[in-house]
Amino acid sequence: MSLTTILQHCLTGISLGGAYALIAIGYTMVYGILRLINFAHGDIFMMAGYFMIFAMASFPWQVAIPLVIVGTIVMGVVIERVAYKPLRTAPRMSIMISAIGVSYLLQNLATYLFTAIPRGYPEIPFLKKIFHIGALSASLVTFLTPVLTILLVIFLMLLIKKTKVGMAMRAVSKDFETSQLMGIKINNIISATFVIGSALAAVGSILYFTDRMSVTPFSGTLPGLKCFVAAVFGGIGSIPGAVVGGFVIGIAETLLVAMGYSTFSDAFTFLLLIVMLLFRPTGLFGEKSTDKV
Amino acid sequence: MLNISNLKVNYGGIEAVKGISFTVPEKSIVTLIGANGAGKSTTLRAIAGLVPIKGGTIEFLGKQISGLPSEKIVGTGITLVPEGRRVFPDLTVLENIKIGAYLRKDDLTDDINWVYDLFPRLKERSWQLAGTLSGGEQQMLAVGRALMSRPKLIMMDEPSLGLAPLIVQGIFDIIKEINRQGVTILLIEQNANLALRAADYGYVLETGNITLDGTGAELLENEDVKAAYLGKKKK
Repeated sequence: MSLTTILQHCLTGISLGGAYALIAIGYTMVYGILRLINFAHGDIFMMAGYFMIFAMASFPWQVAIPLVIVGTIVMGVVIERVAYKPLRTAPRMSIMISAIGVSYLLQNLATYLFTAIPRGYPEIPFLKKIFHIGALSASLVTFLTPVLTILLVIFLMLLIKKTKVGMAMRAVSKDFETSQLMGIKINNIISATFVIGSALAAVGSILYFTDRMSVTPFSGTLPGLKCFVAAVFGGIGSIPGAVVGGFVIGIAETLLVAMGYSTFSDAFTFLLLIVMLLFRPTGLFGEKSTDKV
Repeated sequence: MLNISNLKVNYGGIEAVKGISFTVPEKSIVTLIGANGAGKSTTLRAIAGLVPIKGGTIEFLGKQISGLPSEKIVGTGITLVPEGRRVFPDLTVLENIKIGAYLRKDDLTDDINWVYDLFPRLKERSWQLAGTLSGGEQQMLAVGRALMSRPKLIMMDEPSLGLAPLIVQGIFDIIKEINRQGVTILLIEQNANLALRAADYGYVLETGNITLDGTGAELLENEDVKAAYLGKKKK
């Protein structure tokens, strides 16, 4: 393989990794606040794909994209209110099972409504424009994804570190009861978490599917699992961890395909999960504990 | 200011508080003393809205507050310093102080300085994560955080728990100082001696019932209290 080919594949990998990172943040944030693995997150991502197909059928992309983001946010928040909120005081296993239920519900709902036949993903003309940098060439979306990912992550980190809502999120993620004593409305903060997670999933979905051409009701399953692995790899609960995990998995997967081991590219992701859980179960940036007993 | 009448609270299936009544007059320090499991914490948690009540009424400044969610109760001017301090370990000292004023929209500078004046140690450590503070410092932070909501009534759940005697004395000095500045205090303690010395009025709670009440000085002289809580033999 020549250097150019390797760089070309790296670029594709970084781009895929960016989309993975955006989805992985949704897993890690919900886990951080509710200690819940939101198994429905991959399917929220899939539904965002369908939303885009329908939005683009009637509107130009400038309108369609915000519409898809808002639609996905509404779906995420409604899922939280209906399927997770009533189980707030139930054992953690119950809410996890509820999440698995929501995942299957969304998949089957999509199958029922849109059939299992792949639907073509609409092209956003300007995202598909081919760019050349030296010998490298790729569509704009490939360049845009990592940049957008990094910008969104910086914005998110500022939100969490510097704003009142962010402070409340960090407080709620540690201690529900004491947060309530401060006057924080727990449910609003949890909703805010789902708003952010779903919005990022919607953006990730647009970037991901623009390169993939079609959506099926099961399009969310594998990317969802991979992003979950990315979140665990980086240390679930940690946003920088999820981003690093997303990029690592995206790049590794693309390079494996490039080297001709495409059969094993998915297996690699899960091997990574096993190795990580064996040797460093808290992940790369796993929660460091500052509690003094 | 705070009127509790016939309060009943269940805790884990048993009746932990069996219909108690007491009042906390404005600008006073009132203490509930009693052994482990007497229902002291449950009473405070019920007033703060963290546990539902089974019966009775809680009236604050002439308004019913029982049944309101915790975050609304904070808004009425009651705050609870929880047992075991419960500072937010991953937030800095300053953030912990600020989050105490979560419901306020006005400028916090004066109040932050007020808290720093009461606890100069917190000022020195304002950028440290609260989880790295010592137990005594965490207790100071928990009190400072509670003050930031500008409460009319502070409830304190075992502020002396797990602290060295010297530090406990410091915390109690601050409690009296806060009271002098016009904040009403409802204190629960296992350290009956210390609590009764600080308090204007005290109630003795035994397995969910109030069995005795009187001024701090009266209770300190009471033979039953001496025998049960102050470790002195009956004559």
